[in-house]
Amino acid sequence: MIPAPAFLANPERFMAFSRWAAPLLGVVAVACALVGLWLGFSAPPDYQQGETVRIMFIHVPAAIMSMFVYACLGVASLLALVYRHVLADCAAQAAAVLGTGFTLLALVTGSLWGRPMWGTWWVWDARLTSVLVLFLFYLAYLALRASIDDEAKAARAAAILALVGLINLPIVHFSVYWWNSLHQGSTMLTPGALAPVYAAPLYLMLLAYLAGFGSLWLVRIRGELWRRRAEAAALRAARA
Amino acid sequence: MSRLLTLLGRETALAWGRGGGPLVTVGFYAGVATLLPLAIGPERERLAAVATGAAWVALALASLLSLDRLFERDYEDGALDLLTLSPLPLELACAVKCLGQWIATGAPLALAAPVAAIALGAKPGLAPLILACALAGGLAFAFVGGIGAGLSLGARRGGLLTAVIVLPLFVPPVIFGGGALDAFASGLSWQAGFALLAAYAAAAVALGPLAMAAACRNALS
Repeated sequence: MIPAPAFLANPERFMAFSRWAAPLLGVVAVACALVGLWLGFSAPPDYQQGETVRIMFIHVPAAIMSMFVYACLGVASLLALVYRHVLADCAAQAAAVLGTGFTLLALVTGSLWGRPMWGTWWVWDARLTSVLVLFLFYLAYLALRASIDDEAKAARAAAILALVGLINLPIVHFSVYWWNSLHQGSTMLTPGALAPVYAAPLYLMLLAYLAGFGSLWLVRIRGELWRRRAEAAALRAARA
Repeated sequence: MSRLLTLLGRETALAWGRGGGPLVTVGFYAGVATLLPLAIGPERERLAAVATGAAWVALALASLLSLDRLFERDYEDGALDLLTLSPLPLELACAVKCLGQWIATGAPLALAAPVAAIALGAKPGLAPLILACALAGGLAFAFVGGIGAGLSLGARRGGLLTAVIVLPLFVPPVIFGGGALDAFASGLSWQAGFALLAAYAAAAVALGPLAMAAACRNALS
């Protein structure tokens, strides 16, 4: 196992760690978001896109997070399936909800950006379509999890589905690109493609999203752990 | 080997008889193909433009129909427990189940697909390619669909859940098959799309049973 999950696999250590780490990451997220938004809104309007270029600072990090969170969901599901670890399952469950939110945010802001730039709310272009399919994967995961009553079985079935999705996502991505491509290529990975006035707020916002995700993830895992402990305590009390 | 053949015979017979089998599936397919011109309009050019794509999507939808009974009846009456206890690996049993499903519903659908596409206005020259795509695609739909059917065992409203799980997984075969048909119809090379469709089907046949068996074991545990 990789060292960090191994250290945190102990629920006591996890609770002690997340108690401080969650608010700390939250503060980092808020600070980065404040500075990033300030820089983003004070940057000069783009010569082509005008004021709408500022949507990028909300949209691009959300789109990156939608995929990053699915990777987290996949890793957590693998650990939950192989080691049958409660914390890994809580982490997968928490990541799925947050990932759905990020994906929805990316789709909505992308649509709002597409209206002034492309003159339409939605085009069936490769990248949009593959993010939409990613959203459907998240919905399927949540639906499967919600419709099996036995929690342990629901957790394992959902983990299997997350892994099937993890194998399938690259194929979906590739197939959708094979199908059609209108969307511009990645700007963030091409050095010098983005002017520093825009790059600085963009990377700050990405940092804010990452820290915000980390914080919310830890909070949700903590909440789920507390819920399970409360349920176990209620069962014990009922038996006694 | 004889065990495998016996199982295949049982699964095919069950899939053939299960709730109407191929008759219901092909009937549904014909129904969707009939509704399409009613919704789009009877003009030949307009229909011909969407004929192959519509026939292909209707095929994907029709192959969802009998999925919910793939494992469920065996799960309810205990046959799935016996399959796990048998000397055959559960993965192989799952693969045979999907193969039976394909023989009983995928192959009849593949025979109906060219008829539907031509009735909608596709060129008759497309028929062999549609048949080949429907045979390969049907294999992918059956094996990917089996994953959804296995995962939704023991869930409330399993049939609907299977569709929600499986439809995103149908994206690549729908794209590859539709791409091959579209390329052929416009005189381009169709081999790439067909090869990718066949590759996806092969991957589904190889990897799908692993996920199905894991899902069945989980549901039975």
